[in-house]
Amino acid sequence: MNSLAFIRSDRGGHIFLGLLAAVTLVVPVLSLMVPETSALHLSSYTVTLVGKYLCFALLALALDLVWGYCGILSLGHGAFFALGGYAMGMYLMRQIGDRGVYGNPELPDFMVFLNWKELPWYWFGFDHFWFAMVMVVVVPGLLAFAFGWFAFRSRVTGVYLSIITQALTFALMLAFFRNEMGFGGNNGLTDFKDILGFNLQSDATRATIFVLSALALGLGYIACRYIVSSKLGRVVTAIRDAESRTRFIGYQVDNYKLWIFTFSAMLAGIAGALYVPQVGIINPGEFSPLNSIELVVWVAVGGRATLYGAVLGAFTVNYAKTYFTAALPDVWLFALGALFVIVTMFLPRGLIGLLERIKVRRGAPQLAERKS
Amino acid sequence: MSDSTQAGESIVDSDRIGEVGIHTVEPGKVDVSHKTILYLEDVTVSFDGFKALNKLSLYIDDGELRCIIGPNGAGKTTMMDVVTGKTRPDSGSVFFGQTMDLTEMDEYEIARAGIGRKFQKPTVLPEHTVFENLELAMHTDKRVWTSLFSRLSGEQRDRIDGVLDTIGLRDQARRAAGLLSHGQKQWLEIGMLLMQGPRVMLVDEPVAGMTHQEMDRTAELLTSLAGERSVIVVEHDMEFVRSIASKVTVLHEGSVLAEGTMDEVQNNKKVIEVYLGE
Repeated sequence: MNSLAFIRSDRGGHIFLGLLAAVTLVVPVLSLMVPETSALHLSSYTVTLVGKYLCFALLALALDLVWGYCGILSLGHGAFFALGGYAMGMYLMRQIGDRGVYGNPELPDFMVFLNWKELPWYWFGFDHFWFAMVMVVVVPGLLAFAFGWFAFRSRVTGVYLSIITQALTFALMLAFFRNEMGFGGNNGLTDFKDILGFNLQSDATRATIFVLSALALGLGYIACRYIVSSKLGRVVTAIRDAESRTRFIGYQVDNYKLWIFTFSAMLAGIAGALYVPQVGIINPGEFSPLNSIELVVWVAVGGRATLYGAVLGAFTVNYAKTYFTAALPDVWLFALGALFVIVTMFLPRGLIGLLERIKVRRGAPQLAERKS
Repeated sequence: MSDSTQAGESIVDSDRIGEVGIHTVEPGKVDVSHKTILYLEDVTVSFDGFKALNKLSLYIDDGELRCIIGPNGAGKTTMMDVVTGKTRPDSGSVFFGQTMDLTEMDEYEIARAGIGRKFQKPTVLPEHTVFENLELAMHTDKRVWTSLFSRLSGEQRDRIDGVLDTIGLRDQARRAAGLLSHGQKQWLEIGMLLMQGPRVMLVDEPVAGMTHQEMDRTAELLTSLAGERSVIVVEHDMEFVRSIASKVTVLHEGSVLAEGTMDEVQNNKKVIEVYLGE
């Protein structure tokens, strides 16, 4: 009974989870059951687009956990997302089999093109779905663990840490651009055919992946909510507010940071893995520092240190991006920059903070009336 | 120091008498069989050639209330940094009881072993409620996994409530600590120390910025805390020191200048010269 208090007391979370459940039910129905001639029919483009937003929302959740709650401003979280995506991409690549352009049953097209004779060792195992799924969380998790182990132990904090995380994702981008790395160079991994034998182009598969993304977001939200309302969450926010105080009351601050950072990287990896089959490609551009910075803007716009705020931010900014890049492509980057400036200057607590202020203002006169 | 070693029986565990010189290391247990709980011997710390501590030797007895005074730059805060593991000494040894070498331990290990610290500027967790501040400080298993699944037991709640009463913040329990007044923050920080259940409390300028009334209450609180645990107070306010201290140590240029009761110290020629005089 008491063990569910963490979610029961979370009103914003109820609204979010309710909306998410509604979307999860309605979208597949409108896409699969409603005939294409109907005005209510959702095209597979729309399904995929919203599915993408769901993955971004999960990624924003992951960043909010480390930035909003633990004060670690990671400017390289896109790297973990991309690594999860690559793990999924490698599985999908192996599923192509001999249906590639060169018809080679052993090697992906780009390896044939580069005259490689055999599969590099790190591609082994990716024929198996379960193995790839394990790698989706293990690879980003391990990288975050190794990175955090060195960074947190050496007490690198603040801006310096942010810069290092940015360098991390930049370095990975440069590495993945190289053909010798064996991840398809600048073209990345693409031309996917099917997943677990289901055709990736079919509406049913798309709807299924959509539902899985929504589920991942919902479960991710609940997990994060559990963490931030546990004692661990309170320790983590204590670290954000007064790091040395937390150390002197006996907490091993480095371990806490390491744990939360690694967990967050794993969530980001899952988001990336769900993203790739929906967009059909993963390339080194996903490691681009700009992506990670955009991600920070989502969370800032939504309202950091409120988990649903991160989700709201991811949806709003990405919807705006979709709209602007189609309608006014030249304006988007300026709009994004302006958005960030406005939010930092006038809405330090993001859209959620704004909503709360409106609510308080509306509530105030009612209270006054009741008193008089 | 010699008179205190003779009177050791009252504190020494009965089964430990007779094994003088043999100290078995029991993890997590402070061995105070020689009555002294904190040893600093020949401790030197230098920053860019400046000796913040210069062969400082200091012994604190178990259960003692000790005041440390000294002009700015005498090394008071550095001494606390060394004891709590924030600063590593260049040379010298720092022992907690007979067995624990503090120079080998990390901050969190030292805190868990039973040395608590109150900072000069009151540092509480501003976004957490007063209750949560105390909850987080409580002496318990502080590892990551246990924190993820831990729940407060009724007994632990009672302990927190008890400390809330001691520091007089019961009616503020649900308020964010950042909203407290300066004096209340000082008390909350002392309360957090109490929750840790330390054997040694290092208290840096507890009455800075307090009203006279608050000062009196703090003096009362600190005196009542000594006995069960050792309390080391660093303070500038002479009146306050006089009101609580049984024994005063004067630091000057990184080493001990004088030690004794407040009266002895105040009449000490060297002390008058460097600190109290003018």
